[in-house]
Amino acid sequence: MNGLHDVGGSHGFGPVVPEPETPVFYQPWHKRVFAVTLAMGALGKWSLDESRHARESLPPEDMITLSYYERRLAALIGLMLKHGFVSEAELRDARASPNIVPATSALPTANVATVLSQGSPTERPLARPPRFQPGDRVRTLNIHPTTHTRLPRYARGRTGEIAMYHGAHVFADANAHRKDAPAEPLYAVRFAARELWGGEADPRQSVTIDLWEPHLEPA
Amino acid sequence: MAEDNADNHDHPHDHDHDHDGLPSDPELRVRAIETLLVEKGLVDPAALDAIIETYENRIGPRNGAQVVARAWTDPGFLQRLRDDATAAIAEMGFGGRQGEHMVAVENTPEIHNLVVCTLCSCYPWPVLGLPPTWYKSAAYRSRAVIDPRSVLAEFGVSLAPEKEIRVWDSTAEIRYLVIPERPSGSQHLALGGLAALVTRDSMIGTGMPMAVGP
Repeated sequence: MNGLHDVGGSHGFGPVVPEPETPVFYQPWHKRVFAVTLAMGALGKWSLDESRHARESLPPEDMITLSYYERRLAALIGLMLKHGFVSEAELRDARASPNIVPATSALPTANVATVLSQGSPTERPLARPPRFQPGDRVRTLNIHPTTHTRLPRYARGRTGEIAMYHGAHVFADANAHRKDAPAEPLYAVRFAARELWGGEADPRQSVTIDLWEPHLEPA
Repeated sequence: MAEDNADNHDHPHDHDHDHDGLPSDPELRVRAIETLLVEKGLVDPAALDAIIETYENRIGPRNGAQVVARAWTDPGFLQRLRDDATAAIAEMGFGGRQGEHMVAVENTPEIHNLVVCTLCSCYPWPVLGLPPTWYKSAAYRSRAVIDPRSVLAEFGVSLAPEKEIRVWDSTAEIRYLVIPERPSGSQHLALGGLAALVTRDSMIGTGMPMAVGP
């Protein structure tokens, strides 16, 4: 979707403010948002892609005015409502309804380390050979889906070169919206800055973007 | 910090949230959600504490610094890192969530690498921990791809104009770790001393390793 999350190349957001390696969290409530979001995600009802789509689908005014962890919490509430973990009435009353019994139980503390160390690998076997090889020239499609996509706006309709083949990975654009999303060949595609940003751009700069085969055509 | 400012702004939130009946103050809001989820048996507060403890104390950029120090000193490891970074990093005990598929990119005298996620905030957690606020900011995500040299200047990094700069936009589940150049004068240092030179920002590409002290 062409949303406010897709900021590559935008102007006017001001300086980048460096910070030390610690603290990891600046407010105690940031920790709780982070942990609740991760623990609920670990129940397996939605993919990371679906949760990314929930975040980018927040109302534009929330995208601008809410802080990072407020947006995370807002998206989590939306996902929990959508998947039936909580009801509007429960949120309004801030207490559990005896009529809504979750079919899932909490991530046990004993499983936290395993869940974090296993992660959720996205590479899958693929029966066919990938269409492109490193060195091939490819052009990205000029597409504007209203659904989730990992092809950023600044790189649509642009010509680049396959820099790496990463294997076949679950196609995020589909996985955000359905359970049986296929794996598609994934490539690191390198674009000259001048191809993306025009003749004034730095001739010594490139941007390499991970894109799936359905984003690409031969150039 | 930018995020603190964003969190402390006195802009009223009720316009967005009064539909859900939860408090608009984020601290009260997440407390209400957590209480509700605990009551429903959907989260265990001890598990939440364990998650937080992991990323506050166990998983952070000191992990990545060990990987870089070993890459600087062990040619066999460096080759394995080039061939399959996920497996090489797993040798050192690091892996898992948000680091399932790793690629190491090496800085050289000719090439500087810089990592960003323009669409969200993808970041290699097992080796770098959770991303700093600036990495998640629109300021960094917007400008790193169109004007990386100006971003580097804000970190006090100035690259020679003839140096090639490769920006990596992490749009999939591949996570990139920058292997910075080994500082000159570090030949006498052992792994621990080398790792201490490796800053978080040098493994994202917004910084350089620390210089060797006198």
